[in-house]
Amino acid sequence: MLYSPLWKRLFILALCAWGILASLPNLFYTTVEAHNDAAAAIAKAGGVATEEQTADLAKWPSFLPSALVNLGLDLRGGAHLLAEVQVADVYAQRIDSLWPEVRDTLRDVRDQVGAVRRMPSVPGVLRVSVGNADGMAVALEKVKALAAPVASLTGVGQKDLDVSVDGQEIVVQLSEPERVATDDRTMQQSLEIIRRRVDEVGTREPTIQREGTDRILIQVPGIGSASELKALMGTTAKLTFNPVVGRTSDAGAQPGPRNHLLPSTTEKDVYYIVADEAVVSGEELTDAQPSFDQNGRPAVSFKFNVSGARKFGDYTAEHIGEPFAIVLDEEVISAPTIQSHIAGGSGIITGNFTLEESTNLAVLLRAGALPAKMNFLEERTIGPELGQDSIDAGKIAAIIGMVAVSLFMLASYGLFGLFANIALVINMALIFGVLSVIGGTLTLPGIAGIVLTIGMAVDANVLVYERIREELRIHKTTAGAIEVGYERALSAIVDANLTTLITAAVLFFLGAGPVRGFAIALGIGIITSVFTAIYVTRLIISFWFNWRQPKEIVV
Amino acid sequence: MAWRLRLAPEKTSIDFFKHQWLTFGGSMLLMVLAFVFWGTMGLNYGIDFKGGTTLRTESAQAVDVGAYRKSLEGLAVGDVVITEVFDPSFRADQHVAMIRISSVESDQAVSPEELDSVKAALTKLEPGIKFVSEETVGPKVSGELVKTSVLAVAVTSIGIMLYIWMRFEWQFAVGGVLALLHDVFITVGIFALFQLKFDLTIVAALLTILGYSINDTVVVFDRLRENLVKYKTMPLKEVMNLSVNETLSRTLMTSITTLIAVGSMMVFGGDVIRGFSFAIFMGVLLGTYSSVYVAKNLVLFIGLDRSEKPKNGKPSDHEFANIDA
Repeated sequence: MLYSPLWKRLFILALCAWGILASLPNLFYTTVEAHNDAAAAIAKAGGVATEEQTADLAKWPSFLPSALVNLGLDLRGGAHLLAEVQVADVYAQRIDSLWPEVRDTLRDVRDQVGAVRRMPSVPGVLRVSVGNADGMAVALEKVKALAAPVASLTGVGQKDLDVSVDGQEIVVQLSEPERVATDDRTMQQSLEIIRRRVDEVGTREPTIQREGTDRILIQVPGIGSASELKALMGTTAKLTFNPVVGRTSDAGAQPGPRNHLLPSTTEKDVYYIVADEAVVSGEELTDAQPSFDQNGRPAVSFKFNVSGARKFGDYTAEHIGEPFAIVLDEEVISAPTIQSHIAGGSGIITGNFTLEESTNLAVLLRAGALPAKMNFLEERTIGPELGQDSIDAGKIAAIIGMVAVSLFMLASYGLFGLFANIALVINMALIFGVLSVIGGTLTLPGIAGIVLTIGMAVDANVLVYERIREELRIHKTTAGAIEVGYERALSAIVDANLTTLITAAVLFFLGAGPVRGFAIALGIGIITSVFTAIYVTRLIISFWFNWRQPKEIVV
Repeated sequence: MAWRLRLAPEKTSIDFFKHQWLTFGGSMLLMVLAFVFWGTMGLNYGIDFKGGTTLRTESAQAVDVGAYRKSLEGLAVGDVVITEVFDPSFRADQHVAMIRISSVESDQAVSPEELDSVKAALTKLEPGIKFVSEETVGPKVSGELVKTSVLAVAVTSIGIMLYIWMRFEWQFAVGGVLALLHDVFITVGIFALFQLKFDLTIVAALLTILGYSINDTVVVFDRLRENLVKYKTMPLKEVMNLSVNETLSRTLMTSITTLIAVGSMMVFGGDVIRGFSFAIFMGVLLGTYSSVYVAKNLVLFIGLDRSEKPKNGKPSDHEFANIDA
């Protein structure tokens, strides 16, 4: 009769105690946060702590749990970006870089194929006209031989290039499996570069994750605005070294085929006509450091990898006396003349930099350029003041809601209402405990979810109590009525809550950001409220019942 | 006998079918009205679904919507909608406005330049103005969000239907889910009628309504299932009435506690979340009504096969009854 084994009781009590303990840090949010930050900083510095960090560390005893609920962007303030990576850009680069190779290959069999020329075409497609129609088969054979196997699991046994003949032209483009593999690499690289750049400013727990095939979600708490974040990621920051074809002051000048016109960053109204195909690009840099030129002006020194160094060396050896352009983000930073053969693959970039600019440029170059351009589909900035206002309002609403519901339960069920209220408090503790431990994120709709849980959490108790009332009218013994009341109410409780859980699951999988936070809060709330209503109140009732041994009860 | 607050007398025997044509007809009428409002007035979609930018401004001076609008005239941006926001939680010197901008070209996201020009114009008008939040959603994403939202409501409804079908009978599943859609559509109708902002959080609220409302309905169904076994010869209508009467006290209790909590969120929770709280509040009201008046009427309407069926594989009326704590 209202008896449950000791281990079960202890287990329930232990869970409740754990919930209270685990949720405790959230009551002292700023203190614990300072403690955690200090601990992280000390660990990062290899155990060396500053005085301030030691003081922060001491604010919260280390034997207590220190996991906190993460605050979502809408509560903490920060920036949210959803970027779409233009993966097709990379196809175009790949195909462009293929042209010299194709040209050299066909040059070897010139007597058979005649003169070859690159024809204008859409980006990502290389069209080569073959002068001698009879040599088409040989040319095709030669170009096809350039294709390499696709380096991915799904594309095993396939070639990376699609080569076909269209009239007098050979058409080369990336094959479908190669595109898939390239997309994947582009995304990995973009993620990595964004991560490094965001980490460079040392912000708290940024979220950087891939969404779908070509999107990246970036959430950075504490940053001033989405535009700041975009500037930080340096949307393109692409460095190339291109041959200079000409120099002009006419912004409308026709650059001619496979050349383009770029403005100069340092000289006003000066434009350079540069060749489309870069000699070397920023991807082949191994290092970049801020430094100074011979005249003591800020500059950036750089170093190429082996293949970059060779290409750069060869080019400079062949083109002494000609200018070449250092192009950053479609602007010419400088166009020095090649004085001598530059071997060894290192050099410096000069161009009226301030010290800060040269430092930033070095950082950007070191982190590497983003492999493709990004379009921003969604940008959100939430100011910290608004977040704080939301937290304050949410807190007040939760407290008022909880007090009002508790009073209502007390008025409706007396002592049993009090039991339900104790369970409600434990339920809140469990929700925050679980959220802290799993590192869940609390958003404004999440707070609403918790408030909603307050209202719905007592539902299971209401079901039980109403059932007990009914059973009391039928059964003779009070203990029996309680027992049966719990048993009979159970199927309704389980069915009702499982259906709500289905909703929470859908919200979690289909929702994004704040809505997902709501789904987590609601889902955890359902599980903990069923636990507290079924096990905790029952335990309290059985303690009370065995202690007072009441002849009759009023629910 | 100690005093207790009672929302319903200890034993009620209200005939919930007495005015069934009135209640059922009323529900149908509301549904039709909801669709009419939805169709004719349309929903006041937020940027989540329509694309565009919203700016939330805060300043110490009272918001003069006319002056704001004037300062933005002549800028190269699309439609501008300015609304002042009021909330009891605001400080005396906190004046908030929401400004919604769409791009000049309707199929483009608002560009940073357009946004900067708006901010510059407002700062010129009021030097102390602060932009506490800025959100831009491009047309590509907003289209997808619409799809995802519709999908979410559909998936949830189907999920719930399958679960109830598994645990009860298919008639219950159909009745339950139709009652849910009733709640959701009327709530959407209310949003259309009052032209309240309809964004992603409202969809989340609608899904929550689905969850809450089915919760209520399931409790009635659960009792109905139990009583169907107990009173094998009683006419279906009477068993239903009995079940609703027996669970009435609980239905009211839970609705009130939930309404108290959500109401507190609606009043004190700040304006950012008000639409969301309001949607849930309406949904809870409708959900309570529909579980008493709509769901079981639909089951009655469809009819129930009460002949004895072989019990193998079928859940008993108290599947979890042997779980003790």
